[in-house]
Amino acid sequence: MMKRSSWKSLLLTIVIGVLAMAGTANAADTIKIGVAGPHTGGYAAFGEQFWRGAEQACKDINAAGGIDGKMIEVVKADDACEPKQAVSVANRLMDVDNVQAVAGHYCSSSTIPASEIYADADILVMTPGSTNPKVTERQMKGVFRMCGRDDQQGAVAANFIINTLKAKRVAVIHDKDSYGQGLADAMIDKMKALGVTEVLYEGLTRGEKDFNSLVTKVKSVKADALFFGGLHTEAGPLVRQLREQGITAAFISGDAINSADFVTAAGGPQYVDGVYMTFGQDPLTLKTGRDVIEKFRADGYEPEGYTLYAYATVQALTAAMDATNSTNLDKMADWLHGNSVNTVLGEKSWDSKGDLKVSDFVMYQWDAKGKFRQL
Amino acid sequence: MDIYILGQQLLNGLILGSIYGLIAIGYTMVYGIIGMINFAHGDIYMISAYLTAILLSLIFSLGITSLPVVLLLTLFFAMAITGTYGWAIERVAYRPLRGSTRLAPLISAIGMSLVLQSYVQISQGARNQGVPILIKGVLRLGGEEQFVQITYIQILIVIASFIGMAALTYIILRTSLGRQCRATQQDRKMAAILGINTNRIISTVFVIGSSMAALAGVLVTLNYGSFDFYIGFVIGIKAFTAAVLGGIGSLPGAMLGGIVLGMAEGLFSGFVSSDYKDVFAFGLLVLVLVFRPSGLLGKPEIEKV
Repeated sequence: MMKRSSWKSLLLTIVIGVLAMAGTANAADTIKIGVAGPHTGGYAAFGEQFWRGAEQACKDINAAGGIDGKMIEVVKADDACEPKQAVSVANRLMDVDNVQAVAGHYCSSSTIPASEIYADADILVMTPGSTNPKVTERQMKGVFRMCGRDDQQGAVAANFIINTLKAKRVAVIHDKDSYGQGLADAMIDKMKALGVTEVLYEGLTRGEKDFNSLVTKVKSVKADALFFGGLHTEAGPLVRQLREQGITAAFISGDAINSADFVTAAGGPQYVDGVYMTFGQDPLTLKTGRDVIEKFRADGYEPEGYTLYAYATVQALTAAMDATNSTNLDKMADWLHGNSVNTVLGEKSWDSKGDLKVSDFVMYQWDAKGKFRQL
Repeated sequence: MDIYILGQQLLNGLILGSIYGLIAIGYTMVYGIIGMINFAHGDIYMISAYLTAILLSLIFSLGITSLPVVLLLTLFFAMAITGTYGWAIERVAYRPLRGSTRLAPLISAIGMSLVLQSYVQISQGARNQGVPILIKGVLRLGGEEQFVQITYIQILIVIASFIGMAALTYIILRTSLGRQCRATQQDRKMAAILGINTNRIISTVFVIGSSMAALAGVLVTLNYGSFDFYIGFVIGIKAFTAAVLGGIGSLPGAMLGGIVLGMAEGLFSGFVSSDYKDVFAFGLLVLVLVFRPSGLLGKPEIEKV
């Protein structure tokens, strides 16, 4: 018995050793970039956007010769938009895949804990879509983002609600998550500065579909505008039930409803008609991205939401690696703080916190055909 | 307080409760007969939501437009297909573990739930899917500004949940199949000795339980209009809670538990705070279980010697 099990463990050691060697041999001629986002769970659509964007960027960069002849490789990591799983996939990216930089995560509540792991491993991370201010407010050198911040986004929304819609009674609903509640709070801060206090402030539970009681409550406070901080999976049923109960209050939300999935989650374009949202300058209208967008469309994929943000993130990371000729966190971070990168989203540069120097949140409105346009 | 708002909140609670009850019936049915919590039940519900969309587009493409016919065909095929799923799941994941510890089928059920979720995610994609609005119309009581309303599909859900509960109760208490089920539940070995094919009875229970999930899946999908591969999880947990609250194993208990849970959630989020509605609902569950460990309508389990 003893003998057989020791043989087995010896064999196992050899196998592991060979695999490890294969791993290091591989690492020498390719540069690995981790791409982390939700691929399972209710928010998997966003993970797909990230992955599509990053994969296409990787393909295009390699086709153009890679980084000094070295090919790049993207490694998919699934955080399911859960903080605990985000930490464990971050550890996996560091210890098993040995990536040299990370593009991710999507949910701010995942990006924040995962970035601690990357900092410990001296790996630079840039998030294509986490907008919570805390992501970059923690004085971490190696944390960047390719999108705006919720305090900027909330301010744009508040200005629009108060000055353009002239709403007096504003109800605020959030999803109790870092992103959703953070955005709702940022909106309220600005709204209070403009002299309006919310008439309702409530949280809903992610993953549920029935918000009728909450909707009746919105009705009881006679709101003329409803701001929702959360994702499209809850925004859809919420706006549908709002309209079904005959409430005509304006519905305003943030960047996370920017997906055709918002229309299906609501159950039809007639429900999203008139909904407002904040989002960056529409990447699909930018000149810089036209060729790339055509490539996506040729594959039968519409690069919506954060697809191009993920593409741009990989571009920025590889640009920093190329310019500094290293994957060292300090060198790359210093370079990104001091230089700008030409991305598919236009020219981007970062301040000392790692936020974009220019954020370009604007208002959009959905129509009865299930499309949106910039106002 | 505004009487219309109160009425609407009560109605919201009743509708949500009926949805929970409709799914809880399936849970409690399986538990009642073989004493096992079928955690894959919520995912059977999720699969029936996909079946609804597929069947609807199929039926429409055949040129059938009469509403009752469309609805009945959808219900029939969805129930038949999920029934097959239920049978297959029992055969693959639970029957081989029949003789082992109580925990083994439970773990296997959780595994089955993950398998079904991942299978649908991979084969159908992670995105939200939608179904067209099949049943239009709304009943409104009151004036132009102030009213209490219930949509026709919601009325249908409430009715279906009570009919479902009554039909299953009838089957269990009054038919030969029901007698065999009860015998199997009381003593599987003895029932087998007396000539009952217990394996077939257990399969039948799974088929019935799963087709109840399909009944819920079709109607609730038509109500909310959208679904994804993940919808079975939260609603499954809630329905399970409802079944425990009402007394797991008891069919009227599942219905009552569903309505109590739905009302508790609806009224608490409507008049206190929706942030803490789950805290309130589960706090209620704890209280009920402290004072009535076998649930509202459950019978205390007698330890067999």
